[in-house]
Amino acid sequence: MSSVLVYALHKDGVINKNSLGAISEGTRVAGELGGQCDVVVVGGADLTDETLAALGNYGASKVYKVDGPEGLSQPVIDAMAQLIKTNGYSNALFGGGLLGFEIGAGLAARLEAGVTMEVTAIRVENGKAVAERPILQDSQISTSTYRGDVGIIIGRINAFEVKETGGTAAVEQLPVDFSPFSLKAKMVTRGEQRGADVNIEDASVLVAGGRGLGEAEGFKMCDDLAEVLGGAVAATRAVVDAGWFPYAGQIGQTGRAVAPKLYFAAGISGAIQHKVGMQGSENIIAINKDSNAPIFEFSDLGIVGDLNKILPKLTEALAAKKAG
Amino acid sequence: MKICVLVKQVPDAAVDKRIDPATGRLDRSGEANLNPYDTHAIEAAMQIREGGVTPVEEIVAVTMGPAGSERALHKAVSLGADRSIHLSDDALAGSDVAATGYSLAKVLESENPDLVLLGQQSDDGECYTIGAVVADHLQMPSLTQVVKMDLADKVATCERQAEYGYDTVAVELPAVISVGDAINEPRYPSLKAIMGAKKKPLDVKAAADVGIDAGKVGVDGSQVSCGDFKAPPSKESGRIIEDEDTNETVAEIVAWLEERKLIA
Ligand SMILES: Cc1cc2nc3c(=O)[nH]c(=O)nc-3n(C[C@H](O)[C@H](O)[C@H](O)COP(=O)(O)OP(=O)(O)OC[C@H]3O[C@@H](n4cnc5c(N)ncnc54)[C@H](O)[C@@H]3O)c2cc1C
Ligand SMILES: Nc1ncnc2c1ncn2[C@@H]1O[C@H](COP(=O)(O)O)[C@@H](O)[C@H]1O
Repeated sequence: MSSVLVYALHKDGVINKNSLGAISEGTRVAGELGGQCDVVVVGGADLTDETLAALGNYGASKVYKVDGPEGLSQPVIDAMAQLIKTNGYSNALFGGGLLGFEIGAGLAARLEAGVTMEVTAIRVENGKAVAERPILQDSQISTSTYRGDVGIIIGRINAFEVKETGGTAAVEQLPVDFSPFSLKAKMVTRGEQRGADVNIEDASVLVAGGRGLGEAEGFKMCDDLAEVLGGAVAATRAVVDAGWFPYAGQIGQTGRAVAPKLYFAAGISGAIQHKVGMQGSENIIAINKDSNAPIFEFSDLGIVGDLNKILPKLTEALAAKKAG
Repeated sequence: MKICVLVKQVPDAAVDKRIDPATGRLDRSGEANLNPYDTHAIEAAMQIREGGVTPVEEIVAVTMGPAGSERALHKAVSLGADRSIHLSDDALAGSDVAATGYSLAKVLESENPDLVLLGQQSDDGECYTIGAVVADHLQMPSLTQVVKMDLADKVATCERQAEYGYDTVAVELPAVISVGDAINEPRYPSLKAIMGAKKKPLDVKAAADVGIDAGKVGVDGSQVSCGDFKAPPSKESGRIIEDEDTNETVAEIVAWLEERKLIA
């Protein structure tokens, strides 16, 4: 059977948007393959049958509910391997994100199957799914073709569009025998926010700071510029991990996705995981002292220079303009 | 405790990475170096040893790669590993992620470590996944992107950022942990360590030495093949200003913003 099995991530019973995109895409691909799209969700009492049946609205035929710890990869690998062995899916699909990478890769090991990550497009050729993946800092696109019975596809975050089709899915409880080693990692706390709650999603101008700011105090320059531009301040993971800025203000794969009118990047290299959260911005300006920084590949205006020299003067010039 | 650190040799950051059209694989002809992300894994091992809470008998650097990958192993040893293993065999060339992880797991099996550390990503492959593949073969718990790790009583308490914020996970050893680049600030090797690195034991192993099933590796043993390389849709390139006279640069930025009505 040429059906697709999708893993849906959730927190407290709310399904992740990227997973909904994966279900929509899985449904489309399964349609071309002549099969159906089923979904696996792992969790506890926070998962209601209603939430799960509602995944039919994105195209899911059947949703398997597994009782187990959510937020860890290995229990999900057990569940998906069991389902693929019994039902014979041709593809497993993930919407991206950390857990998708871990589960997809572990599943490839378990099933001795091929896996491709950071996939941005899926096509069906000769009755099989093939996956496109940008490589080498997005400078090339390579196409993966799969041998064997199962192909594993891990999407790039936000790559698959969420499409509502209407309908409800059948929900089935799936008992899983977890491997002993799958239960040796235990979640202590999940989704801790760290730092103040900042609102970046409503801002039409964002001034984002990265490691190039040099130290936490460097964000003062971003605050000042954001103030004259009437915007908010955001950050990269590097500086959030370093404790310079609150997690709520992080843009990218494991942070927020934004699309303001203006995105001003200061001291940001432009790693793919950052790019995926801001590439939809209308206008992108970047200041970076390294002329080879990847951010210049997708900026509308790139300034090669030292932000310590440029930012204060720019703020001053804009303030003077406003006053005068 | 014994720690194995997985390290990879990658094209130097200054090298323009490209696919060799003749082979469809990465062109590895230029300058090569230890994957910078792996220096964080070695540093993490060193900090466990130096922390003194958990005695560390041995730190072993392991790589799979073509002849010439010794360079990365020497660097790993100069940063603190006691010895190194180079898995090198023509049969392994062209292995995909799953085959590479399987092969590395076979080497690790023969070493029987209490902890396997690796970097968050390779600079050339950018797969983020070798750790998860290795862990499944070794039947060990695993976590990636760890930015804080505390070890006590055979449990590693790890923190990492996932899609909803920071998670704290307690992982029972033996385990496979990939560390993020925010976990530490890797040291620079001393001149003495660099000079001494070549004298530390380096074992070269062939696939058969560690019991690798030749049918599961290399181009033919891999379940996914990459090809049909093409350029991404081209985007109109933006304007670049080299900042020479900052007043002038600022005036240009202001004009650019004004033109687009972006000034509040
Ligand atoms: C699974 C996963 C998920 C991730 N999720 C995210 C995410 O959600 N968001 C995110 O942002 N990242 C994420 N990352 C990390 C990402 O890969 C990069 O490491 C990170 O974005 C880099 O942040 P940065 O640009 O601040 O730092 P760096 O890459 O260190 O760049 C700093 C830049 O500042 C420049 N600079 C230094 N000094 C100056 C100066 N004086 N003037 C001007 N420029 C200067 C440097 O040239 C450099 O380009 C993720 C990674 C992984 C593997
Ligand atoms: N050929 C290899 N030999 C040893 N370790 C590797 C190899 N490839 C990847 N790794 C390890 O796996 C990590 C993640 O790599 P990747 O999954 O390719 O992004 C790297 O930082 C290395 O620690």
